[in-house]
Amino acid sequence: MATYKYHVLICGGTGCRASQSNKIIDNFKRLLKENGLEKEVQVVETGCFGFCEKGPIVKILPDNTFYIEVKPEDVEEIINEHVIKGRKVQRLLYVDPKTSEHKADSKHMGFYKKQLRIALRNAGFINPENIDEYIARDGYKALATVLEQNDPQATIDIIKKSGLRGRGGGGFPTGLKWEIASKNAADQKYMICNADEGDPGAFMDRSILEGDPHSVIEAMAIGGFCIGATKGLIYIRAEYPLAIERLKVAIGQAREYGLLGKNIFESGFDFDIDIRYGAGAFVCGEETALIHSMEGFRGEPTFKPPFPAQEGYLKKPSNVNNVETFANIPVIINKGWEWFSSIGTEKSKGTKVFALAGQINNVGLIEVPMGITLREVIYEIGGGIKNGKKFKAVQTGGPSGGCLTEKFLDTPIDYDNLLAAGSMMGSGGMIIMDETSCMVSVAKFYLEFTVEESCGKCTPCRIGNKRLYETLEKITNGNGTLEDLDLLRNLSTVIKDTALCGLGQTSPNPVLSTIDNFYDEYLAHVVDKKCPAGQCKALKRYVIDPDNCIGCTACARACPVGAIKGEKKLPHEITQSLCIKCGTCYEKCKFNAIKIQ
Amino acid sequence: MEKIKSLADLKKKREDLQSGIKLREQGDNIEEMIQVKVAMATCGIASGAKQVMDILINELNKRNIPAVVTQTGCMGYCYAEPTVEVKKPGQEPIVFGYVTPEKAEELVTKYIINNEILEGVIPVNYESIEDK
Repeated sequence: MATYKYHVLICGGTGCRASQSNKIIDNFKRLLKENGLEKEVQVVETGCFGFCEKGPIVKILPDNTFYIEVKPEDVEEIINEHVIKGRKVQRLLYVDPKTSEHKADSKHMGFYKKQLRIALRNAGFINPENIDEYIARDGYKALATVLEQNDPQATIDIIKKSGLRGRGGGGFPTGLKWEIASKNAADQKYMICNADEGDPGAFMDRSILEGDPHSVIEAMAIGGFCIGATKGLIYIRAEYPLAIERLKVAIGQAREYGLLGKNIFESGFDFDIDIRYGAGAFVCGEETALIHSMEGFRGEPTFKPPFPAQEGYLKKPSNVNNVETFANIPVIINKGWEWFSSIGTEKSKGTKVFALAGQINNVGLIEVPMGITLREVIYEIGGGIKNGKKFKAVQTGGPSGGCLTEKFLDTPIDYDNLLAAGSMMGSGGMIIMDETSCMVSVAKFYLEFTVEESCGKCTPCRIGNKRLYETLEKITNGNGTLEDLDLLRNLSTVIKDTALCGLGQTSPNPVLSTIDNFYDEYLAHVVDKKCPAGQCKALKRYVIDPDNCIGCTACARACPVGAIKGEKKLPHEITQSLCIKCGTCYEKCKFNAIKIQ
Repeated sequence: MEKIKSLADLKKKREDLQSGIKLREQGDNIEEMIQVKVAMATCGIASGAKQVMDILINELNKRNIPAVVTQTGCMGYCYAEPTVEVKKPGQEPIVFGYVTPEKAEELVTKYIINNEILEGVIPVNYESIEDK
C-alpha cells in the first residue's frame, strides 16, 4: 500500500462549502496530479473544524499547519511552497490579534486552546464519507463491545453512571431515559434521533452529522440494543441536504459491513436505520410533535404522559435522543464512565458544543468542558467583542432561553447554573451582543420567531405570544406605557404556566429575562421614549446641529424623501414629519452636523 | 464488501486501517514526536533525497517509532547533500550531512534509536524565525 507523505484536510462543512471549499479540493487534486504528487499527498474532505469565521480551513499534516481563509487560487502556492519546498505560506496562517504573531499550529490558537472535543472528536479529522477512517479511530468498537457483553442493563448503567444528560436542551439524564424505555415491553420499539435542530444560530447537530455521521449511527444501534429496539429513525430537516447525503452514504456503508442489518456481529441483534424528513418547523424538535410529524400527522405536540417511552412512534415505546447526545455514547463506552464523569461539574458531566454567533470575533463551533465560564468562552475562545466594543449580554438557549449579563460572566456554565441565572442550556446556541444591541428589540426578535413557529394548538401559545409580540412592538414604536411592562410580566407568567408543550412554556423567557436584567432599558423606551442603543427606528430623531452645518447641501441632495430644507451655505433643517429615519444624511455629512437624539 | 462479524474481526480491520490515518494522529501531537526533515531542493533530489525520505519513512514505520518525516527546502549545505535534520522532543535539532540511502537506515538505528551521533554532523549556524 502506498504511504502518503502528506495529508491535506479540507473542510467540507456547509459553511466552508459556501466559500468554495469544493473548488479548493478540485484544485488540489488537479494540481497534485499535474505535479506527479497524487501518490504522495492524500486529499481528504472532512467535516467542520469549527473555526467558521476564518473558513475555508485547510490543514496540512504531519506538520499540523492550519491555513485559514484559503481561496481556490491559493492552492497552487500551497503546493509549490509547502508541499514541494516545505515552506509554510505565511500569509495564510492565523495571526493572533493580540500579539500579531503568526500561529502555524491550531493547538496554539486561542480558539482551540480551551476546547475539549468529544462529540466533535472526528469532525475535521476524518473523511465522513469513508467508514474505514471511522473504524480506524475506534469506530464501532463500542457497539461490538456492548453486543459481545450482551447485557443491556450493564450498558444502561454505564450511561447512567457517566452522568450524560440530553444535549437537546432539557438535560434529562440519558441513561435513565433508556432504562425507562427498556422496561416497557412491546413487540416493536423505536430508537429515534432528533436532528431537527431549530434554534436560530445553532448548527452543532448539523456539523456532527456532516463531520462524523457514523458516531450517531453507532450510538443509535447501541441504544437500540439497550432498550430492545430493532428500528432506528433519524428525523432530520430537509434544509440540511449535505447532512442527509452524508448520513445516507454512512448508513449504506454500515450496511455493507454488516454493522447495520440482521445479526450484527453475529450476536443475534438486528438493527437498521431509516431517515425521516422534517419540513423545518421549530415545534417538531419537541419529541411528541416530532413523533406525530414522522407518523404523517401535523407536527403538533400532545400532552405528556403518556411519554414516548410508553407510547411513542406508532403507539410503540420509543426513545428520542438528540444528535449530540448520541455522539457522546461510543466514547463513554470505549473510555469508561469514570473518565467521562471526571469532566465537567457536579451535576453536568462531559462537554457541550456551542455555536458562537453575533458580535464576537471568532464565530464558529466550539466544544468545551462543562463548568467553563462565559468569560473564557467569549474572551479567550471567542476572541472578544468585535471592533473593541463593550460586552452587553449573551443569549443562550435560543427562543426558549434568556439573556445573561456581565454579572454572570464568571458563572461556570452548566445546566443548573444557567437555569438559576434565568436562561437555559438549550441546544447550544450562544449569541453574543455588544452595547449597540437593544434588548427590547432582541426580545421582540425571539417572540416574532415564536409567533411564526407556534403550532397554534393551545391558546396560551397561539394568542398569548402574539399579544406579547404586539406589546413589544408597541414599546419599540414609542407608544408603550408603564402598564405594558406589567402586562408583559403577567402574561408571560400565565403562558409559562398554561402552555401545552415546551415551546410555549419557555417562549416568554426572552421577555422575562430582558425585563429582569435590563429594566432600565425598558423604562427608557416607555418613559423617556428613547432607545439607549439607538436601534429602535421609531424612537430615533435625526437633527442638524446648526453650529456644525456649513450648508454644503450634501444631505439635502441625498435625502430620498426631501425632508431636508435650507439655503446654500446656511444651516439646514430636517422636517421631522417627513423624515423616514433612513440614516442617509447621517452617512453623507462630512462635518458631523447630523445628530441622533 | 466483506462483513465484519465479531469484535476480533473489527480489531483486525482497525489495525489494517490505522496506518491510513496514523500520520494525522501524529500530526496532532507533533511536539511529542521526533521530527525528521529531509532537504528536498534540487541539490538534495539530485543526490537521492527522495529515496532517502522513503527509506526513513519505511524504517521508522517498521519499528513503530513516533516520528514524522517532512520535506523542507534547501538548508544551504548543498555540498553535503542529502541533508537530514532530526529534532527529538525537548532537544536541539541536529543536522546530518551526506545521508546517502545507505546511511539513512543507520541514522534510524543509531541516532534516532540509540542516540549515537553519526559522522557528518553539520554544526548549526543559523536560527530559524520559527525558533523565536
